[in-house]
Amino acid sequence: MSRTLRYREALREAMIEEMERDPNVFLMGEEVGHYQGAYKVTEGILEKFGEKRVIDTPIAEGGFAGLGIGAAMVGLRPIVEFMTWNFSAVAFDQILNNAAKVRQMSGGQYTCPIVFRGPNASARQVGSQHSHAMEHFYTHVPGLKVIAPAFAADAKGLMKTAIRDNNPVLVMESETLYNTKGEVPDDQGPIPFGVANVVRTGKDVTIVAYSRMTHVALEAAEKLAKLGVSAEVIDLRTLRPLDEDTIVASVKKTHRCVTVHEGWPYGGVGAEISDRVQRLAFDYLDAPILRVASLDVPMPYNAKLEQQCMPQPERVVDTVLRVVHRG
Amino acid sequence: MAKILEMPKLSPTMEEGVLSAWHKKEGDAIGIDDLLAEVETDKATMEFRSFDKGTLRKLLVTPGATVKLGQAVAILGEPGEDIAALEAALGAAVAPVAAAPLAAPEPVPVHAEVEAPPPTTAARVAPPRVLSKGDFLTRTDREPEYEAPETARGEIHASPAVRKAAREQGIDLAGAVGSGPHGRVILDDLSKISAPLVAKTPVAQTGELRAPKSVALSPMRKTIARRLVESKQTVPHFYLNIDVDAAPLVDLREAINRDLASAGDEKPLKISVNDLIVRGCAIALKRVPECNAQFTAEAILLHERIDISVAVAVPDGLVTPVVRDANQKSVTEIGAEVRELAGRAKGKKLKPEEMQNGTFSISNLGMFGIDSFAAVINPPEGAILAVGQVRDEPVVKDGSIVAGKKLAMTLSCDHRVIDGAVGARFLAELRALLTHPLRLLA
Repeated sequence: MSRTLRYREALREAMIEEMERDPNVFLMGEEVGHYQGAYKVTEGILEKFGEKRVIDTPIAEGGFAGLGIGAAMVGLRPIVEFMTWNFSAVAFDQILNNAAKVRQMSGGQYTCPIVFRGPNASARQVGSQHSHAMEHFYTHVPGLKVIAPAFAADAKGLMKTAIRDNNPVLVMESETLYNTKGEVPDDQGPIPFGVANVVRTGKDVTIVAYSRMTHVALEAAEKLAKLGVSAEVIDLRTLRPLDEDTIVASVKKTHRCVTVHEGWPYGGVGAEISDRVQRLAFDYLDAPILRVASLDVPMPYNAKLEQQCMPQPERVVDTVLRVVHRG
Repeated sequence: MAKILEMPKLSPTMEEGVLSAWHKKEGDAIGIDDLLAEVETDKATMEFRSFDKGTLRKLLVTPGATVKLGQAVAILGEPGEDIAALEAALGAAVAPVAAAPLAAPEPVPVHAEVEAPPPTTAARVAPPRVLSKGDFLTRTDREPEYEAPETARGEIHASPAVRKAAREQGIDLAGAVGSGPHGRVILDDLSKISAPLVAKTPVAQTGELRAPKSVALSPMRKTIARRLVESKQTVPHFYLNIDVDAAPLVDLREAINRDLASAGDEKPLKISVNDLIVRGCAIALKRVPECNAQFTAEAILLHERIDISVAVAVPDGLVTPVVRDANQKSVTEIGAEVRELAGRAKGKKLKPEEMQNGTFSISNLGMFGIDSFAAVINPPEGAILAVGQVRDEPVVKDGSIVAGKKLAMTLSCDHRVIDGAVGARFLAELRALLTHPLRLLA
């Protein structure tokens, strides 16, 4: 049996179930407790578990990220919420130099079982400094796992896996997905990392996306079907580790690949996928691998320009038409 | 208010022009429609006239410079008006054009517009660098640029998936032009290109049709296919025919051969009509060098050497050994060299460099009984002469019909290099030489 849950409710359920399962799991961040979460993801958790396990922090990401890493090193399992991933920039040194490296640099004497989570990428008119797709920075770093679910069930299952993982896991949520509804099995357990989902099958082109862009890709695939182009859509779910086998198997079938993500194109996740595909499926390609990304500029505040900068279904359609040579 | 004058479009196909001369100098008052400069376009030398009035404040390009459409060439303003901002906007110091010698253009930094112009008087205006080619802004929609149709590069242009399928199915992609961008062969095209070289499983006999015998392509056949497709698809051929009185030529050949035979050698050299034609073409090319030319995207190359490729039939195709500096060799030297090259060609003993870099070709099918034909140009050469057999024909001589000899020749010309009148001039020279063949020996 399953229930219809909002994406934020699925995340909340995962955290509650894991906090019930393991008393070492605790939650901290700005406004996660008494305010019930800036985006209400953590609503009701303070009431359920009390102030010892749900901690409101000052506005000091570098400080509480470091606090969480220290707690993880001595055996606790913190879930650290960034109000948005944009603010993790001031905690970047902690994540890059402590969370990602302490296990290796201590020769395995320490582990760092910590979850950093929060909404990522563009919201609506939050300006250039608050619209970053931060996954491109973090997937660059060995030692970090990065996940970006697109659907409620995946959000729940992957969050559970993240909390149980003995390494730092970064959960890229999305402000514009929090309210979306999806079917979540009653017994939704942990979902293994590194397994992508083919969310639409097709034969002419493989569109690789994740997080909110999975929905954009599906919308584009619907439009493409009307144009006679059969698009397969892969929802990566996990960005690092990356399920290259699923991507490569699909491209071997379709012979064409387009990646879709928010964030700038230079050296992003799409570029990484392009490397894997050209290397592992070179002989199967019938067209260059093309990327749909946010335009290579700071995000404008103006609503229309913002929409122009973000990948839209129309731009995905245009890009796919170029690789199937029907532009 | 001062403004920048840009290179206008002076012909419908113009993309750039050479500003050959300025007709005004800095400080001159300019009226509407005044002649500012002369510009050599792809079509002709055109007048560049002013659409505005004012004072010519600054010339930005030197005569002789190649200027892109829309590129700044001058600043027009009022006397004494401050044009520093405009100059700065152009991204480099602007110096009087007369301030020779001109320094080589400095590479302009990407953000040149925010830097102060360097205080040099000899610097030349470098064209402002455009940030549109993906060098600063990452653009995921930029397409590759191709200099020429893909077939002209002599390379196979096919997607990796097509190449794999071709390898597995034994399909030869040489010369294939697909429906993808710039002729790329894509999977959709594969079924249309070519049947497999060797069918993997014998085709079952169905109905009345018997399967044709499949002959594998030799490397030479592939090269011929590729180069001739390239030539016919990318070189605009046109053809000029002449039919010359060959009696003097035949007489001279016989006289020379009699003389060679009388020298007492055991195996005396015999020259052919073709050797005389090679010699004739060499002299004619010297006189009409426009036919000894090659087209490139940037320029026409007029060769200083006259290296004539002579097509030689060999068992599974043909090759074109080259007689180098044919204009500096006598008829007997040419005859001996062609004989030697053809002998080795038939034994496949020619080195690649002996068959490359000719500047003009001659193909003679006279020995096969062909009266007249047109040949395909041998790229990158600009022309090829197709020579038929010497025919017995009635000719009119001094008002009466007598038995005579005729020789038909067709010159195939690359119209990008050789125009009709130029080709005709070459053939007129050749006709004069062949009908007065003692001139070949001079």
